[in-house]
Amino acid sequence: MKRLLFALPVALFAAVVAIFAIGLKRDPSKLPSVLINQPLPAFVLPAVRPHDAGLSSMQFRAEPRLLNVFASWCVSCRVEHPVLLQLKAEGVPVDGLDWKDKASDGARYLRVNGDPYMRAGNDRSGRTGIDLGITGVPETFVIDARGMVRYKHTGPIAPKDWTNTIKPLMDHLRAES
Amino acid sequence: MVAEIGQLALILAFLMGLCQTFAGFAGAHRRDPALMALARAAAWMQLLFVGTMFLALATSFLQNDLSVALVAQHSNSAQPAIYRIAATWGNHEGSMVLWVLILAVQGASVAWFGSSLRETLQARVLAAQAVIGAAFLGFSLFTSNPFLRLNPAPFDGNELNPLLQDPGLVFHPPVLYLGYVGFSAAFAFAVAALIEGRVDAAWARWVRPWVLASWIALTVGIAAGSCWAYYTLGWGGWWFWDPVENASLMPWLMGTALLHSSLVLEKRGALVSWTILLAILTFSLSLIGTFLVRSGVLTSVHAFALDAKRGVYILGIIGGLTGTALALFAWRAPAMRTGALFAPLSREGGITLNNVFLLGATAAVFLGTFYPVFVDLVKGAPVSVGPPYYRMTFVPIFIPLLILVSFGPMLDWKRNAWWNVAGRLRLPLLLAAGALFLAVLFLGMKFVLTAGGIALGVFLIAGAAAVLVRRYRFTSGGDWRRFARSTPLATYGFVLAHAGLGVTALGITAVSAFQTEKVLNMRAGQSVDLAGQEVRLESVLPMHGPNYQAMEARFKVGSRSGERTLISQRRFYPVSGTQTTDAGIGVGILGNTYVSVGDQNPDGSIVVRMWDHPLVDWIWAGAFLMAFGGMLSLADRRLRVGFAAPAFRAAAVQGAA
Repeated sequence: MKRLLFALPVALFAAVVAIFAIGLKRDPSKLPSVLINQPLPAFVLPAVRPHDAGLSSMQFRAEPRLLNVFASWCVSCRVEHPVLLQLKAEGVPVDGLDWKDKASDGARYLRVNGDPYMRAGNDRSGRTGIDLGITGVPETFVIDARGMVRYKHTGPIAPKDWTNTIKPLMDHLRAES
Repeated sequence: MVAEIGQLALILAFLMGLCQTFAGFAGAHRRDPALMALARAAAWMQLLFVGTMFLALATSFLQNDLSVALVAQHSNSAQPAIYRIAATWGNHEGSMVLWVLILAVQGASVAWFGSSLRETLQARVLAAQAVIGAAFLGFSLFTSNPFLRLNPAPFDGNELNPLLQDPGLVFHPPVLYLGYVGFSAAFAFAVAALIEGRVDAAWARWVRPWVLASWIALTVGIAAGSCWAYYTLGWGGWWFWDPVENASLMPWLMGTALLHSSLVLEKRGALVSWTILLAILTFSLSLIGTFLVRSGVLTSVHAFALDAKRGVYILGIIGGLTGTALALFAWRAPAMRTGALFAPLSREGGITLNNVFLLGATAAVFLGTFYPVFVDLVKGAPVSVGPPYYRMTFVPIFIPLLILVSFGPMLDWKRNAWWNVAGRLRLPLLLAAGALFLAVLFLGMKFVLTAGGIALGVFLIAGAAAVLVRRYRFTSGGDWRRFARSTPLATYGFVLAHAGLGVTALGITAVSAFQTEKVLNMRAGQSVDLAGQEVRLESVLPMHGPNYQAMEARFKVGSRSGERTLISQRRFYPVSGTQTTDAGIGVGILGNTYVSVGDQNPDGSIVVRMWDHPLVDWIWAGAFLMAFGGMLSLADRRLRVGFAAPAFRAAAVQGAA
């Protein structure tokens, strides 16, 4: 009996380690978003690029699209940028949301680094960002053909994120619609 | 070149750790003096190599050698020199280097001061420490090498996280690490004792200074961290129950329990296996603290590196070290004889109760911290546990503990009568009751909890003072000179520490109940009333710092003690594209005025948040008082090894080996 009591700590500890070991396999960057399976919040944003139409939540219909949040002052966005340009070359519809940024700075950023976006809206005040629950840039939302948010990726999209996670989801959504 | 020297030193230190492990365990097992001497020499060599490694890394940062990947990631030419040095440990790889440096200093000091220890015990302690050292050096070497080169070197480097560019950072992590790692000595002593199969008063006398020193460092580290969060995070909170804060709180709670139980072991030879268990658990919680920050099991503001491979390695270290130690405990501890018996109402009993409450509080924090991981496993949906959970679990466990604190020193060893104890605390009890009555009278029944907090603080301070009063009146017979001569430093130490708890309790009570907050748009020249003080926004101007641009707002506060200027800045660090807020804080003994500015509106006004925080500084003052008490106790010559009185030796307990 006494021996059992002394063995209790090691048994409890083994259980905790087992739980941690399973917990480690989970990806911490998958922050929960309350928007998942909810309609995209309504917004109408002015254009980033001069002589352009801007971006509205009503435009997310008919086909699954990506909504990428970026800013000219964001360093990680520059890391992600080549991946977005590659997506454009593959014909993936990506829209841009220029967050807490001047439209002229955002436009210059796109002129210098290349422009991966079909449509781009400027969220100068960051108000739309609040509705979207943006914690930092870059972030990317996957929105299905009914205008529902299906997935949120936090941080830059690495090529493996695209091939392993986002592309399969986009293919699935396209088949669904 | 410098980085290569560091790399070489890292490899040598790792090999030296393996050598020390083998020499220590094998030497003690065979009672071979030559091998045991080798273990001691290896401890010195390890300090030499790890020291070289640390200096090499710090030099690379100071010279801004951008061909070292770590330097390029965390330092650039515009960064002030002091933050380039602080960047040495302000990142994942570098902080591991600091970790092993502190470990190596400890190993060397066991080799240096340990001549009065039994030689086999010393060798086994050194070997156990070397296992920890080698594990972490291997971690550095294989998963997070700080000396990796970049080719070609970038033109200019990235930047240390601006939140970390603060005088607090230069100071906070090293002190905290000193505490975390310090408990490794207690752990090594526990493992060595389990292998030896015997624990005696000498063992406890050896462990106590380490535990005390680590506890002091952890107390200062936690208080400094809380203080730093208060003034940099820009929203005036002082404790957030953030996983990483909890990670430092858990070893502190457990270390406090260990500090008290090792006292019983030293003085009375009781609580033998319990103390060993606490020593193992305290260091394990420090390891889990490290694990938390690095693995990404939990995300947090503090997280340095989210890398699952590192997490697996650290989990392996924790599983290996703690698992082995606890298995050893299950195997060897039942055979160790338990010490002297005591009645429930005795100082031993009081300390046991203290331990039970501290363990309960640690368990509450542990569950709250890891609950998200457990839930994620069961339901697959991450959640987070907020302050309400801790208010419901931690606080109800901690308050009875605080009430007990003043009773402990009034209890005698072995047995007591309860009316004697109550009689000794007559005055503090009366004072506390008076405080409770007055507080309810002035604040009303709505503030009955606040009144309870105030009474508790008063009881803690008065109860601590009563120890000295009692000593003066009875032990010294009312003679000041005899009192001054005969009262040991350790007595002043625990009196100050217990009183410090009271000061902190008063601070927490006041700031939780009486703080006022205002959020508004202000223009230059506008004034507003905050808790009876006039706060006026003087000007809003742009300014340039060494590596940031800022919008600076100047405020004039007409306070109880005259007028003063507070400056709050909204800073933008272009290299990393981060924005931080530097709050303006008017510090006063009765409370702080805290202003923090937000974004500027298109019409030129700015968002201003302001708080009045009554007695908030008492929270940290109390903590520093506790740490100071610990230092006095540490300075007491009776604690120093080599002064063991014959009476203590006689009380030594020997287990069945």
